[in-house]
Amino acid sequence: MMIRKAGLSLCAALAFASAAWADEAGGVGKSAPPVTGEQVYHQVCQACHMANAEGGTGAATIPALAHNPRLAVAAYPISMVLHGRGAMPGFAELLKPAQIAGVVGYVRTHFGNHYAAPVTAAEVAAAR
Amino acid sequence: METGQPRTTRRQLLTAIGLMGGASALYQAMTTMGHAAETQFAGPPNLAGARPGASVIVLGAGLAGMLAAYELAKAGYSVRILEYQPRAGGRNWSLYGGDTYTELGGATQKVGFAPGNYLNPGPWRIPHHHRTLLHYCKAFGVALEPFIQFNHNAYVHSADAFGGKPQRYREVAADFEGNVAELLAKAIDQKALDTEIGPEDRERLKEALRGWGMLDKDMAYRSNLLSASHRGYDRPPGGGVNGAPTPSALLDFHDVLDPQVWTAMAFFMNHEMQTTMFQPVGGMGMIGQAFARQVKPLITHNAKVTKIVQDKAGVTVTYKDTGPAGAVARARADFCVCTIPLGVLNQIDNNLSPELQAAVSAVPYSNAVKIGLEFKRRFWEEDAHIYGGHSFTSQDIGLISYPNNHLFGDGPAVLLGAFARGDLASYRLAGMTPPERIEAALAQGEVFHPESYRKEFITGASVAWARVPWTLGCCARWSDEVRQQYYQTLVAVDDRVVLAGEHASYVGCWMEGALLSSLDAITRLHKRALEA
Repeated sequence: MMIRKAGLSLCAALAFASAAWADEAGGVGKSAPPVTGEQVYHQVCQACHMANAEGGTGAATIPALAHNPRLAVAAYPISMVLHGRGAMPGFAELLKPAQIAGVVGYVRTHFGNHYAAPVTAAEVAAAR
Repeated sequence: METGQPRTTRRQLLTAIGLMGGASALYQAMTTMGHAAETQFAGPPNLAGARPGASVIVLGAGLAGMLAAYELAKAGYSVRILEYQPRAGGRNWSLYGGDTYTELGGATQKVGFAPGNYLNPGPWRIPHHHRTLLHYCKAFGVALEPFIQFNHNAYVHSADAFGGKPQRYREVAADFEGNVAELLAKAIDQKALDTEIGPEDRERLKEALRGWGMLDKDMAYRSNLLSASHRGYDRPPGGGVNGAPTPSALLDFHDVLDPQVWTAMAFFMNHEMQTTMFQPVGGMGMIGQAFARQVKPLITHNAKVTKIVQDKAGVTVTYKDTGPAGAVARARADFCVCTIPLGVLNQIDNNLSPELQAAVSAVPYSNAVKIGLEFKRRFWEEDAHIYGGHSFTSQDIGLISYPNNHLFGDGPAVLLGAFARGDLASYRLAGMTPPERIEAALAQGEVFHPESYRKEFITGASVAWARVPWTLGCCARWSDEVRQQYYQTLVAVDDRVVLAGEHASYVGCWMEGALLSSLDAITRLHKRALEA
């Protein structure tokens, strides 16, 4: 539905061709993608989970990632980022395995989480 | 073609096709003949015969919910609406000076726009073929004015082309089409298309390319008065001594092939984006206000739904007052129309069928960011001669869009300083604080109007849909696979509950989808009620 940040014109064409059902800005964006886990967190995740990873509550709740024991096993956050749940979209198309590994590793070692075991791109690729 | 035989009328032909192939064949044939309606709207629903005393509870006072309530109440049902917000209208919404908006995470903006100025955070333009919405706008007294969708004099900007300097849409589009016409004509001359089309059509196509692409007698696209008649002049035609125009130089074709150019051109070909488009006078929120006037006594505001339970006799909805007292109450009705966005509904305790629960949880929501910037004067009109329309950019803000009302006016005006398209750009802007978003919008938008953008800036407001407390996102984002698996379950009446909203339509992310979904849902619910 939405236009991807693809540098390849073919990808842009495909994305555009399927964009007929939503009110969109038009055009094609080309900003530099985030690289490190910290950059991915700031440029993607914190849109919903907030800069302090505390999430928020209105008519429903965006869960906090801070102090979250469900991050203990890396497979869980990897699966959430890849496939999404409820309102949260999956990011398997937007982010590469290395970016997802980076951000999962970042969240598991920040915001009061202390799960130091590294997360690899291979783990993410295997879970796709 | 005259054959001497009596000609079959179109109506006779369509009737025959309809009899042989059913409605879908008929629809296809009508489409081919250019007769098909541009919408599935067939007029207000017929809900005759409602049983006296039958009741419906509607969850959500957005357009889908309010239309359902309006039509059901008109049909004789006893209706009430529960709404989380103190405001009716849902995503149909305008922010005006004096309004306060608090997003998830707690950041609060006090909108400082001058009287009459506004930002439409959600919907902002209405296609001429969204007949349901136009019908009810007229019925409910919403004044509409043109939305200037297509402006040849607005800009296209790519960081990777034209040295990063914005170009007028007119110039890049003319050069794209002119060059393509010339190349295609060359391909014909080089016999590259001889196996594709016959000699007569090759000549016809060449003639079309000459006229469409502004090619000269040598079938070349060059800097001359022909190309200037599309792309504009260095010295435009005038009067008297210096009346003769001079042509303009062409752009480098490599730059013209930048994807920012053709995507901007293709954007306007999209059926939903074609002119004529409209906007309400005074802000998009006027539609929500007009709907609300029709159903105002039915709405309970500040009601956060916490539980939806249906049994053999009806539906019980538990809700909590969002005020400090937080009183909990229950509402009971025979049936329920639920328009709560799926990401929110997914978190509400319910006993909907497991199949419907799975469908509700399967649909993610998109994000979008809109930023309104107020300036002291209309420098885009006064200095750049841009009256409405959009300037597109490859930067995160996606575009800036110029106001369509009060053209040539004095005093402050608000332009749309960002409509961040999906994914990375919109998440990046959404993740910022409101002041950071304004700064980003100024830093990126000033590429179009560098001499005035910061100098004339007064104030701004932003809405990041990822952080809107009552939706947790912008719109349902169906993939083909998820739609295949879950859509019919999502829209089916689940015993006494039916879902409605843009998420339950194929016109996703448009108000028209919400309304068409609502009419379809209540028509089926009414049928279900008569069977009960």
